[in-house]
Amino acid sequence: MLIGHQPKEFLLAVEALTVSFDGFKAVNDLSFYVEENEIRVIIGPNGAGKTTVLDLICGKTKATSGSIQFRGKELTKLRENEIVQTGVGRKFQTPSIFEDLTVFENLEISYPRGRTVFGSLAFKRDAVVMDRVEEVAEMIFLKDRLRASAAELSHGQKQWLEIGMLLIQNPDLLMLDEPVAGMSVSERVKTAELLNRIIKDRSVLVIEHDMKFVEDIAHKVTVLHQGQILSEGTMDRVKNDPKVIEVYLGH
Amino acid sequence: MSLRQQEQEGQEQEGQEQESKVMVINSRFFNRSELIGFVTLALLLFVILPLALDIFRLNLVAKYLTYAFVALGLVLCWGFGGILSLGQGVFFGLGGYCMAMYLKLEASSVANTKIQSTPGIPDFMDWNQITQLPLFWKPFHSFPFTLAAIILVPAFFALIIGAAMFKRRVGGVYFAIITQAIAAILTILIVGQQGYTGGINGITDLRTLHGWDIRTDHAKLILYFVEVVLLFGCILLAQFIRLTKLGRILVAMREQEDRVRFSGYSVANFKIFAFCAAAVFAAIGGALFTLEVGFMSPSFVGIVPSIEMVIYTAVGGRLSIFGAVYGTLLVNFAKTSLSETFPQLWLFGLGALFIAVVLAFPAGLAGIWADYVQPRIDRLFASRRPKSGNGWTGPSVADGAPAE
Repeated sequence: MLIGHQPKEFLLAVEALTVSFDGFKAVNDLSFYVEENEIRVIIGPNGAGKTTVLDLICGKTKATSGSIQFRGKELTKLRENEIVQTGVGRKFQTPSIFEDLTVFENLEISYPRGRTVFGSLAFKRDAVVMDRVEEVAEMIFLKDRLRASAAELSHGQKQWLEIGMLLIQNPDLLMLDEPVAGMSVSERVKTAELLNRIIKDRSVLVIEHDMKFVEDIAHKVTVLHQGQILSEGTMDRVKNDPKVIEVYLGH
Repeated sequence: MSLRQQEQEGQEQEGQEQESKVMVINSRFFNRSELIGFVTLALLLFVILPLALDIFRLNLVAKYLTYAFVALGLVLCWGFGGILSLGQGVFFGLGGYCMAMYLKLEASSVANTKIQSTPGIPDFMDWNQITQLPLFWKPFHSFPFTLAAIILVPAFFALIIGAAMFKRRVGGVYFAIITQAIAAILTILIVGQQGYTGGINGITDLRTLHGWDIRTDHAKLILYFVEVVLLFGCILLAQFIRLTKLGRILVAMREQEDRVRFSGYSVANFKIFAFCAAAVFAAIGGALFTLEVGFMSPSFVGIVPSIEMVIYTAVGGRLSIFGAVYGTLLVNFAKTSLSETFPQLWLFGLGALFIAVVLAFPAGLAGIWADYVQPRIDRLFASRRPKSGNGWTGPSVADGAPAE
């Protein structure tokens, strides 16, 4: 007979995470946990350390101390490309796509096969790859732009393309940094629709300022302030937390 | 494009998918303009130049073409991968010295060197009071070993430099400066170790390759054709690399290194590969240089020749495999004719040419061709065959890349 309940298996466990840049602690003793299939939104005022948290998880910035466990693996010891291979995908704030390549080639490069030097020399564009690229292109509204150069896309389309490049990697944890920033209203609606579709069957960590958007998608919200957690919980709880109202929502 | 879509709209969903797949696959080994470039170059090098030039001038062309191998490597490494190496002379020299060591040992038989105090070793060693063949020279008695060394020594050296730099994320200008420093160091080393390397004079008085006299006119003609065949081999290899996913990753890396990293690739490994490939191409050129010209010296290793090699590539067009070959030939012809007339002015001219190309024509001669000549040819084809289907030719990997 089991006594009590077994500890829950978290997909991502961030514990006592600290990073300091020349003495300034951008993230200070931060701990939070993300469950399987959970959509977690991180909000907070400018300079709260939101983007730094994503940088730390994906390996772009090295932690000063603390641990990041993803499915039991310690990410702080891995290199960026190894972290991607364990199943973490990251979208940057400004669209980072390959403008000299076509939309098709952008998606193809992100397809998770032939990732070593010689693997990529031997990589074949077979039916599986083509089908997957087309499938993803349809999802991100770019099916008829596959052969266009990525440089020709609009800002919103570039954002979608980058989301598509993550999607084709099929990560277990998807990290999005302000996915709707700089988009027109109609693009925003489409993006929300897109995100709602792709967040199924995976955990998502989103940084976003658009409160309407946050309310729509968040299961749980984490409010960061000066590198520490100010409040955490459902949107309703966070919205009514006097500390949060004071530093962030009140403005 | 829009026409294409209208056509497609009328078709069934399945047929539409089929066709778009075929069109996306459309990756023939050469597209039409590349095929024209390939055939033109083959005609020029295999037929026109050998018929038009006497053996002295043809040998000059052969000498120029050895630099085309280096330029080809730079197209891969600098043009596609964005890794500017100002030290390709190092690899050119390593290949050249490997070949020269073999030829020198063959020329230094006991019979040929019986007047020396130690017969059977290269003459410059004897002059430097060395009485025994150094250990690292010994394997170069073997021709197969020499051929392997020409490829493997520079590749290994590039691997070490590449791993040391790229794994530490050293890139861009810093990498260029370090490669330049390495070129300077190697020159100083070769000049300083006169007894082992022949010093500033280099390794001279080379006579036979595997018993075959390389100094006759007939041999020079044969060597020219061997070289051109090897050049086309390297061109095809470079084109193959360009068309694989690795080629596209190199281009992707040039502009968004982080995105490549966060797509699960080890950027350092891809850079190391490009750098090693460029080194091997340069080394093949260097080995052929030794054969064609009959000696090897540190003046082909240092900073100045290394930068000249970059200029050949820039003038020809650093994104164009064929452009690199034409650029090398043109700059070298200009160098030969102008440096005789204006020996002092030539270096300034070369510098000015480099600046002019970078500022005004970042894609070099190949860019000028693509912008002004190619459209006319295309129109010609289009007017002749108005219904030449398959109107879409995919933008090639590097077309229209911005200058850096």
